[in-house]
Amino acid sequence: MFQRFLYLRKKEFLRNPQFVGNLLVTILMAVNYFFFSLMFLIAGIVLPMVITEDSENNPFTQFGSTIETICAYLLFYFLFDLVLRYFFQKFNYLNIKPLLLTNIPKRKIVGQMLTQSMFSVYALFSYLFFIPFFVVLLIDQPQKIAVLSLAIACLLLAQVNNFINLFVNKNNTVFAIIVVILALGIAANYFDLINILEVSRAIFYPFYQYPGLSLIFVPIVILLYRAAQKMILSNLYLDKGVIAQTEKVNNLNVSWLNRYGKIGTFLQLDVKMLTRNKRSKSTMLASFLFVFYGLLFFTGFSTFGDSGGMKMFAAIFVSGGFVFSFGNYIPSWDSAYYPLMMTQNVTYKDYLQAKWWLMVIATIACTLIGAFYIYFGWEIYLMVVSAAIFNIGVNSYLVMLSGAYIKTPIDLTTNKNLMGDKSAFNVRSLLLALPKMLVPMVLYGIGAILYTSWFGSLLVALAGIIGFAFKDYFFNQIQKVYQKEKYSTLQAYKRK
Amino acid sequence: MIHIENLSKRYGQNVVLHIDGLEIAEGESFGLVGNNGAGKTTLFSLLLDLIQPTTGHVTSNGINVSQSEDWKHFTSAFLDESFLIGYLTPTEYFKFIADLRGVSPTDLEVFLQPFAPFFNDEILDNSKYIRDLSKGNQKKVGIAGAFIGSPKVVILDEPFANLDPTTQIRLKNLLKDLAKQKNTTMLISSHDLQHTVEVSNRIVALQKGQVVKDIQTDENTMSELENLFAV
Repeated sequence: MFQRFLYLRKKEFLRNPQFVGNLLVTILMAVNYFFFSLMFLIAGIVLPMVITEDSENNPFTQFGSTIETICAYLLFYFLFDLVLRYFFQKFNYLNIKPLLLTNIPKRKIVGQMLTQSMFSVYALFSYLFFIPFFVVLLIDQPQKIAVLSLAIACLLLAQVNNFINLFVNKNNTVFAIIVVILALGIAANYFDLINILEVSRAIFYPFYQYPGLSLIFVPIVILLYRAAQKMILSNLYLDKGVIAQTEKVNNLNVSWLNRYGKIGTFLQLDVKMLTRNKRSKSTMLASFLFVFYGLLFFTGFSTFGDSGGMKMFAAIFVSGGFVFSFGNYIPSWDSAYYPLMMTQNVTYKDYLQAKWWLMVIATIACTLIGAFYIYFGWEIYLMVVSAAIFNIGVNSYLVMLSGAYIKTPIDLTTNKNLMGDKSAFNVRSLLLALPKMLVPMVLYGIGAILYTSWFGSLLVALAGIIGFAFKDYFFNQIQKVYQKEKYSTLQAYKRK
Repeated sequence: MIHIENLSKRYGQNVVLHIDGLEIAEGESFGLVGNNGAGKTTLFSLLLDLIQPTTGHVTSNGINVSQSEDWKHFTSAFLDESFLIGYLTPTEYFKFIADLRGVSPTDLEVFLQPFAPFFNDEILDNSKYIRDLSKGNQKKVGIAGAFIGSPKVVILDEPFANLDPTTQIRLKNLLKDLAKQKNTTMLISSHDLQHTVEVSNRIVALQKGQVVKDIQTDENTMSELENLFAV
């Protein structure tokens, strides 16, 4: 039985439409996975050495012993793991459907699904990190059994995370609550009400002090497994978990857009697309969160933030979150009905202009929300504004251009794969993203070195204004690219 | 109206469609029949410039469809669910299409009235997104959408599939009426010989990408087709 499941899993993986027929993507993905595995592995080996290093500059000495230091940071690790899983890990409920009528007991199908989730890439990465990490510690530390106990606790906690994510998976409210608790924790830490490191130490250190304690995770994991099994079993009916629920219609009235002709028609469609689909809602949320990205740099929280170039980097993201996360996939948002678009009497120009306006509106909105950066000085806000002008005048074209080549069909109804889309957030789109940030950073740097920060911002804004002035020219060029790519795009969108 | 010349489509060594020449007159209702893989959808996709021909070309009203986009003004189609926008309600979808084809909201309302029995009260009450409708209801929305703005050429792929019996009969009557008026050139493909013969005044049968029969419909058509497809 197990072999058959494995067979299906293997075929599913190898015949993933994004793999088949595109060798480059396959190689990039393999490199990607290999790279991440290697990173975790190296981190696992190097970290204990760094922590135990005896030097005055070592920031990890405030907790006395090495183990206590490690315990102080473990909470971060598991919270990060949980967030990562929430965004990227998928549970294949829908793949169960064709198996329901076979003579395999449902319990086995579910068990199989759960087992697979326990050995997913995420668990694998965790283990790639933890196993060498604790092996090094075991060699290094005298209290072998105590270290082993901590190791067991960590390995089992990774599984607890897996199940927590499974329970949370379909529920945005639970996730929101977790995010709020996290935010409160960070705030409390910032204002010295609590010390998160201290809390983390208090949670994890006992597993080292009392080696038997980590065994309580064994019944916990078993209980979670049972509970998950029960939950999924009760959802294995076509009108429950296996198929998507029908939603109530949200009636957003945007008919005032009618007066803008065909562009208005498309804008209405886009607004509905953005507000009625899970995937696009996640994108909007992400763009909104990017507004606050600058805080990391402007408050001196990050040590990179001291250089002007990095501040410009942050400024680009403050207003450009939407441009990057939406713009890069421009025709793909309409992938489900691209043939319709291609047979209606519309020109690419109208279609693209509507998308462009949407990005302009979002950029302006983000810039206005970002007005609180004035608190950090007018110089900073000027950077944000000039970056916004650059986003409108240059980056908006660049993303549309890269969008024409990305051609990953988007399934609007799932909100997973926001960034973990097998090829959506790949090296290719990352490479395309680089010039969009490097150019303004360089321009700003030149201006700031030659004269002042104001001048640097001015140069960036100027580049944006020049780009804006040549809008028609750029649109014609982009249109040509879209026309040329039409057939292969249609072909690519067929493979879902 | 539609003129096909030396049209072929090849994938690797596999020729999926080869038509030396075909002329479809204005106002004709043209039925395309054939087994799975005969090339029906390929032909329609070529007519709509959704795929590129390996050789030859298609002109519609004198316009080469792969050179100019002007044919889009008078052509519409419903091939499959990729012609629907899942997150709109049917009314919003019709409104969207109407906007693109320059049909005013009042004209749209007038246009939709005769479709009321066809929709059977399930479509226009606006309580569901298209993606949540049943396959049959989705099809109804797509077919109705294809007729908005009185296009001169309408292309429908398998319009009868997935429809309930009542709707099949209603659709048949609707298409027959349109055929009688002779204003619209209709291209319909189907596996259902009976339906196709009833609504078309000309039938072309495809087999492995080749035209094997091209006849005007009369009382003998049905038996002729049955002979052709009987193995």
